[in-house]
Amino acid sequence: MNQQNDTLENETPVSSTMLSAWTTESSVEREPQGLPDGWEMVIGLDVHAELATETKMFSPATNQFGGEPNTNIHPVCLGLPGTLPVVNGKAVELSIRVGLALNCTVQRCIFARKNYFYPDMPKDYQISQYDRPLNINGSIQLPSGHVVGVERAHMEEDTGKSTHVGDSGRIHDAGYSLVDYNRAGVPLLEIVSHPDIRGPEEAKAYAAELQAIVIAVGASDGKFEEGSMRVDANVSVRPAGSDELRTRCEIKNVNSLRSLGRAIQYEAQRHVDLYLAGDKPVQETRHWDEEGGRTRAGRSKEQAEDYRYFADPDLVPVDPSPQWIDEIRAALPALPRERRQALLDAGGDPENVAMAVQRNLDSLALVAVSAGAPIDKALVHIVNNLAVDGAEELNAEHFAALVTMESNGDLTSTQAKQVLGEMVESGRAPADLAAEHGFEAMDTSELDVLLDGIIADHPDEWQRFCDGENKLQGMFTGQIMKATQGKADGKVIAQLLASKKST
Amino acid sequence: MSDPTEHGLTRDEVAKVAALAMLELTDDELTTFTGQLAAVLEHAKDVEALDVADVPPTNHPYPLTNVFRVDDAAAVSVEDKERMRQAVLATAPEAEDQQFMVPPALGEEL
Repeated sequence: MNQQNDTLENETPVSSTMLSAWTTESSVEREPQGLPDGWEMVIGLDVHAELATETKMFSPATNQFGGEPNTNIHPVCLGLPGTLPVVNGKAVELSIRVGLALNCTVQRCIFARKNYFYPDMPKDYQISQYDRPLNINGSIQLPSGHVVGVERAHMEEDTGKSTHVGDSGRIHDAGYSLVDYNRAGVPLLEIVSHPDIRGPEEAKAYAAELQAIVIAVGASDGKFEEGSMRVDANVSVRPAGSDELRTRCEIKNVNSLRSLGRAIQYEAQRHVDLYLAGDKPVQETRHWDEEGGRTRAGRSKEQAEDYRYFADPDLVPVDPSPQWIDEIRAALPALPRERRQALLDAGGDPENVAMAVQRNLDSLALVAVSAGAPIDKALVHIVNNLAVDGAEELNAEHFAALVTMESNGDLTSTQAKQVLGEMVESGRAPADLAAEHGFEAMDTSELDVLLDGIIADHPDEWQRFCDGENKLQGMFTGQIMKATQGKADGKVIAQLLASKKST
Repeated sequence: MSDPTEHGLTRDEVAKVAALAMLELTDDELTTFTGQLAAVLEHAKDVEALDVADVPPTNHPYPLTNVFRVDDAAAVSVEDKERMRQAVLATAPEAEDQQFMVPPALGEEL
């Protein structure tokens, strides 16, 4: 909380929505702490997002995931003598997009060298930003309404990838390491939150919202599974309600949102156990062991001074003009929060709405709603039937037409699902596909005649059904479906059976 | 050479800086460099004494900003990529599976 106050006082451009979220903070429902009574978690997240550029941050080598080892390399990203880095303008633009989406102040900034010796960085330093980062003092409002402060979002370059080869494959027993520099120099944006997060679920919600934002503004593909989005968690605990900041540990090697939640829960409990035993944690980097379900100590956390940061003399400052910033701001697409709100305003179920936005399929629902289709049906299709490749290319008018046909009773839900699958594959209109399958609404009078015939054939069953043996409804429905080859609408049959029973 | 202790710089501090830079210094070298580094700091103190209230801060001698490269992955042929890879791997002390072979990495990935 103190951190948020600091953020607000530090000349943050406070939008009215952010301020109202802040002032109504006390009404936000926070998750219960999974800790012994009297303790609370204090969590800050460092998120690295690889930027979706064609080339690397400082060299013209291709930025591409999954190439053959050492094919996307260049003298600059290998740190060969006599080479000089040149900033990728697109990477700066994408970084500013994210900064603006996070309500940050975008400022004149410089690059700094972070010095360390590790073979994944052949220059023996990583180009990063230190005391003058590009974006500062932002915030993210979570779906719950809670606002998490963003301290900074700075540009840097990714490192190479080392594979440890040895008997056990474990780092400490490795016989030797192999290094692939395809990733070295890929542009990264590191987004550092304030320690405003109070639990594993909130941490997951923050990471998911940030992921949705970087994807929405086109800055990154945000894939945890491919490492284009990575999260480190700084975790400490304190007596509930206190505002002290105790010793924290930084948890690395968290490869999914689920692991993030588990790792935080484990680490916070470990801290509480240490304090209760009269001991205390030491500040260090720890690695999440997914299989073992625990964190393990790594190298002691180096003090910031140990990296001997200094301004990189090879690079001149980046000083975005107000005009450039305004242009980027004007071109920003709607953010996930606004997109969710649009569907919520249309009456969508919050969980389905969140999923639709996360899958980037919310515009389908909006078009369907504006065409008069019910939002519930549209969202159910998006959530249940469109978790498939190619769903994003689906024609929105066609989708709206399909939902309308279903809600008008022209298609049963089973038929609608089948037609939708074929629409994604073929790109064709639902009416054509439905006609080909002979999916046409059965005339109720036709069904009526059919049902009379079935009742005549099964008089005993009909009597028992009328006497209250409800399970026989399935038998009659099945008979009609059989006679119509599945074209009848289950709901219409149910209505028909109910009205006949009562007469 | 002035007495290093006058400038508050200790041999231990110099030894730490050397260790961070992965330099191994003998006792004699430590003495020499403690004196030299102290002299550099002394010079910095002289600069600090100047009145620079009217001089805007800078981190670069050139008055340039926003030197950008166009983000264009020029079509590099598979053959060219392969040629670059082989040329670079040939300069490595050891290579295996098209990757650079290095001593077992201590500590963890950053």
